[in-house]
Amino acid sequence: MTDKLLSIKNLSVQYKTDLETVCAVNNITFSLKKGETFGLVGETGAGKTTTALTIMRLLPAETGRITEGSIEFTGKSMLDLTEPEMRSIRGEQIAMIFQDPMTSLNPVMSVGDQIAEAMELHNKDNKTKEQIQARVDEVLLLVGIPSSRKFEFPHQFSGGMKQRVVIAMALACEPVLLIADEPTTALDVTIQAQVISMIRNLRDTLGTAMIMITHDLGIVAQTCDNVAVMYAGELVEVGTATDIYTSKDHHPYTTGLFGSIPNLRSKARRLTPITGLMPDPTKLPPGCTFAPRCPKKMDVCEAEHPCAWRNGTHLISCHLFAGQENWRKEEA
Amino acid sequence: MECPANTCSLLETRHLKKYFKVKDGLLHAVDDVNITIPHKRTLGVVGESGCGKSTLGRTIIRLLDATGGQVLFNGEDILKYGRRKMKAMRRKMQIIFQDPYSSINPRMSVAEIIAEFMIVHNTCSSRTAAFQRAAELMDTVGLARRYANVYPHELDGGRRQRIGIARALSLDPQFIVCDEPVSALDVSIQAQILNLLMDIQEDRGLTYMFITHDLSVVKHISDEIVVMYLGQCVEQATSDELFENPMHPYTKALLSAIPEPDISMRTKEIKIIKGEITSPINPQPGCRFAARCEYAMEICRQKTPPLLLQPHVVQKEASEEKHFVACHLYGNGQNQVL
Repeated sequence: MTDKLLSIKNLSVQYKTDLETVCAVNNITFSLKKGETFGLVGETGAGKTTTALTIMRLLPAETGRITEGSIEFTGKSMLDLTEPEMRSIRGEQIAMIFQDPMTSLNPVMSVGDQIAEAMELHNKDNKTKEQIQARVDEVLLLVGIPSSRKFEFPHQFSGGMKQRVVIAMALACEPVLLIADEPTTALDVTIQAQVISMIRNLRDTLGTAMIMITHDLGIVAQTCDNVAVMYAGELVEVGTATDIYTSKDHHPYTTGLFGSIPNLRSKARRLTPITGLMPDPTKLPPGCTFAPRCPKKMDVCEAEHPCAWRNGTHLISCHLFAGQENWRKEEA
Repeated sequence: MECPANTCSLLETRHLKKYFKVKDGLLHAVDDVNITIPHKRTLGVVGESGCGKSTLGRTIIRLLDATGGQVLFNGEDILKYGRRKMKAMRRKMQIIFQDPYSSINPRMSVAEIIAEFMIVHNTCSSRTAAFQRAAELMDTVGLARRYANVYPHELDGGRRQRIGIARALSLDPQFIVCDEPVSALDVSIQAQILNLLMDIQEDRGLTYMFITHDLSVVKHISDEIVVMYLGQCVEQATSDELFENPMHPYTKALLSAIPEPDISMRTKEIKIIKGEITSPINPQPGCRFAARCEYAMEICRQKTPPLLLQPHVVQKEASEEKHFVACHLYGNGQNQVL
């Protein structure tokens, strides 16, 4: 239990406006060990990014509210920290790579200065300017950019290079946890392969724990130790990569997700998509949120919210597993 | 297939070129591309961003004016058509755009968007008939009729893309350019739209040119695939042949770069292409992939490799299985030029 780096319990987040309340994240629980890579998979609007922003305490102040739950980071409750305390964690211990490298860089600051900025802010061991510059060269080299380019501006870099700069910024302070929010979605496949293999190497050499947020089951398969499938703000299935990719038991949504991806090795031309759409997060159905689209729907699904069932490391929230052999009810 | 050789293709381009004038010179977006799409078939065009695949699609349907070459539609060169003839021609060829958010007019209702083309081209006897037909099209693409009077911003991406498809179908075209129609959509919605496109093709006997950067999508929907790199076609083969037996180093790297949803593939060696796409502005003679290619030889930097038919593949199968590659590694003098 002591090697837990991040532990999230029963977390719920809502966005409240005068008109409506959006239940973006509903009662999610997961934890992360040191050096572990955790994949958070789901479609647009499933609440993946909200989860990441909540961990970073970057929710929009006006509308975003954590309604219940706790986040513990290295044993400390993150939700009780003051903003200055949080600021000292953000960027230094927990860093984030945002989805869109084009908009997460400052266009009027050279990339070297942008990488140095975080180090100057968190300069606890009083590094000199030269030491910081040496570290900038080092991280640029780490992500495969010649350090001579540190005086250039973001517009002089291509998309893949910009994403590397963003990764270099995140790594500059050697964080223990890296949250990567769709780090390769905006990139071409060949560049994506470069970035992913780089992230993998960095994780192996630096031992950084990582939360990999993506909608691409392929990327998760290639990088993650543990995986959670998110749907309408809930974790419908959690397990090790082996549980998710090789077990025969799945949440119907996970099965649907796998059926929707065009498989390179299958000969079938037709795909088996999930019918319908994700429910409106302002009006979530009372029972299981996936019930309206579920091919295996039973009467109980619409009436009662399913609890989680556990089989070893594998956790599924679905009524189908009630009373099944090997599946035990998970205590909340 | 049924028809004799040379006449059975619906669309053909010959030495099609599209150059853009930019500050530093000429940007060769499409450079000497020859493709052939038979009736009722789907040609997939894959490549990374900036390889000219969208420009190719737009040049073919004359949304952009070609710099040179020919586009033959049923054997006639449509690049020579005048305004009036071209307008009539446009009924036969339509396009579905990548971004369903920006390719439809936000100030028109769904029914108005779908009916607009029919009103412009006068294909219906009256406006009422056009709206009636629009309602039928909404059924075809799986949009509930209650959405007829709503505006696009009220709908999600999947439904908006269905509007785009209904609009493209409204004039009963023979040929549709699908320019990354599913890239902006979530996987579960993406599968719905791909199935819809395949159903419509079967029902109406349509011919598609399917442009995408996603190789797994293109494998599903295409009969034949063209791989583009910096404005040129580097490899062309039937879908199964290309995935089983990729020949061009670029195609090989592209295929190995796809992260597969299978943990047993974790150990798979990924061929990482070093570097990034070189500039398409005033390209030098020679293979355009040479700078990133691990097999690059002296000749690759001097002479542009022609697209050649690969003999061993022809022997293996009948005329259906043609495999063309533009790479000096395979040019041994016995190959025949496309």
